[in-house]
Amino acid sequence: MNGYMFLALAVWLCAWALNEWLVRQTPRSLAVSRAIGLAVPFIFGVTLLVIWECLVRGFEIPPILLPAPSAIWAKLTGSVPVLWADFQQTFLKSVITGYVAGCGLGFLVAILIDRSPFLQKGLLPIGNFVSALPVVGVAPIMVMWFGFDWPSKVAVVVIMTFFPMLVNTVQGLSAASHMERDLMRTYAASWWQTLVRLRLPAAWPFIFNALKINSTLALIGVIVAEFFGTPIVGMGFRISTEVGRANIDMVWAEIAVAAVAGSVFYGLVALSERAVTFWHPSVRGGRR
Amino acid sequence: MTSLLRDRILPVLTVIAAILVIWHVFVIYLNAPFVRDQAARAGTTVTLSEIIPQTFNQERPILPAPHQIIAELWDTTVAKPVTSKRSLVYHAWITLSATLMGFGMGTVLGIALAVGIVHNRAMDKSLMPWVIASQTIPILAVAPMIIVVLNSIGISGLLPKALISTYLSFFPVVVGMVKGLRSPDTLLIDLMHTYNASNSQTFWKLRWPAAMPYLFTSLKVAIAISLVGAIVGELPTGAVAGLGARLLSGSYYGQTIQIWAALFMAAGLAAVLVSIVGAAHGLVLKRMGVKP
Repeated sequence: MNGYMFLALAVWLCAWALNEWLVRQTPRSLAVSRAIGLAVPFIFGVTLLVIWECLVRGFEIPPILLPAPSAIWAKLTGSVPVLWADFQQTFLKSVITGYVAGCGLGFLVAILIDRSPFLQKGLLPIGNFVSALPVVGVAPIMVMWFGFDWPSKVAVVVIMTFFPMLVNTVQGLSAASHMERDLMRTYAASWWQTLVRLRLPAAWPFIFNALKINSTLALIGVIVAEFFGTPIVGMGFRISTEVGRANIDMVWAEIAVAAVAGSVFYGLVALSERAVTFWHPSVRGGRR
Repeated sequence: MTSLLRDRILPVLTVIAAILVIWHVFVIYLNAPFVRDQAARAGTTVTLSEIIPQTFNQERPILPAPHQIIAELWDTTVAKPVTSKRSLVYHAWITLSATLMGFGMGTVLGIALAVGIVHNRAMDKSLMPWVIASQTIPILAVAPMIIVVLNSIGISGLLPKALISTYLSFFPVVVGMVKGLRSPDTLLIDLMHTYNASNSQTFWKLRWPAAMPYLFTSLKVAIAISLVGAIVGELPTGAVAGLGARLLSGSYYGQTIQIWAALFMAAGLAAVLVSIVGAAHGLVLKRMGVKP
């Protein structure tokens, strides 16, 4: 036991006590309760970082096993150009393109088979089955077919994101109740009008569910596909080579970038969900 | 019976047949250039009727025909002894053991976290956002590092792969169990209060049984994703053993049929695991007296 260990213990106990105190408060104003809602997880996160830093220093863990957060931050700020190039290759080129193409394709196919109950009954069980399969396994095949650069990664993401989108959209399109559909029929609304005015809005919660699932799947798919061959740039490539060169702090810097990118991506999808499905009980309930 | 045939089996079979037809067309389309190339080198010309049979029997096709994959699967599962390193059963077992270990640890961890979150407001507020944020971190990117680092401190084999599966599978369990443990409505909780039930009695007699349907739904997701974690965890170990290693070595040596066979094996494994959890789900609900 030394000073760092006591510091870690003290910070942990203080933060815990603070959080226990914070969640017991019943503030009158909305702003204060919202601030508490943000502060509690923030304090928890900061505590984790402090304990990590103290443990690494206290036990003198060699940086090759686990670098301290401060060392990772130094590496992160020191190698921005490399990280930016990797981010561009992995995220902007592969993830975004594949995500848009895969989700768009799933959505279009769902609309196309909407008029054929036979095809729906055939495709839904298969879609559900494929969603449970380890689809990332197609990565080596796609790398063989489409080469080392980003098109092969896009292909993997399209295959991974297609089926969740298809299944959820088909389910969502049948979410509008019979009463509402009958109402549209009494208005003499065409199939197209019913789709745009009634069934698509009712399907948004399902579609956004798929969009959220796919946002994490897409990043995973690209990084795994990069294990099977890439040009000398990309997050998955950088992580596997820097592990080989024992630059663990660079690996952690890359992981930090991936985590932030993934969280921001997910957050953007969740935010647009709130904007589009503002009428849904789960969103209204969250704004209390 | 006829309605089952008409509404379920017939549409699915039609779609599967359509997929098979498209597959065969693509086999011809993708493999034909190689046949033409070979013919051009030999200085002969081939007609279309000569090309088609050849595209179905290449040794390293761009897209193997289904019968080639089935032959490879038969050859590596039934025709080889299980202990052989070329047996797909051997590799599937290695992946399966890591999957099950990770799934078990993930389930226990997930349930423990969910119980804590439901019973402690501070844990709920401080942990829940991070549990959700943890899933936006692509753990599969971290996988190679976990394996290499654990290797360097002397832990190798099953555990590192299982840890990756654990990380991936605990999330659906936490989310499902928190929802499930909170699912009994105020009326039922109040009833337990009037019985003067203690916290643990409320938990075991009301919350836990009420959470069962949610738990099993989460477990189905969790076991599928554990398998993904185990397969990906095998990639950076340098292709030693397991289905992931089969994928990697197949991609190194251009053995497309081997990749597809490993892929089908993984798909079959996922289907079996998910249906086992589904059967357990039905069994537990039946024991609890839920009418189908």
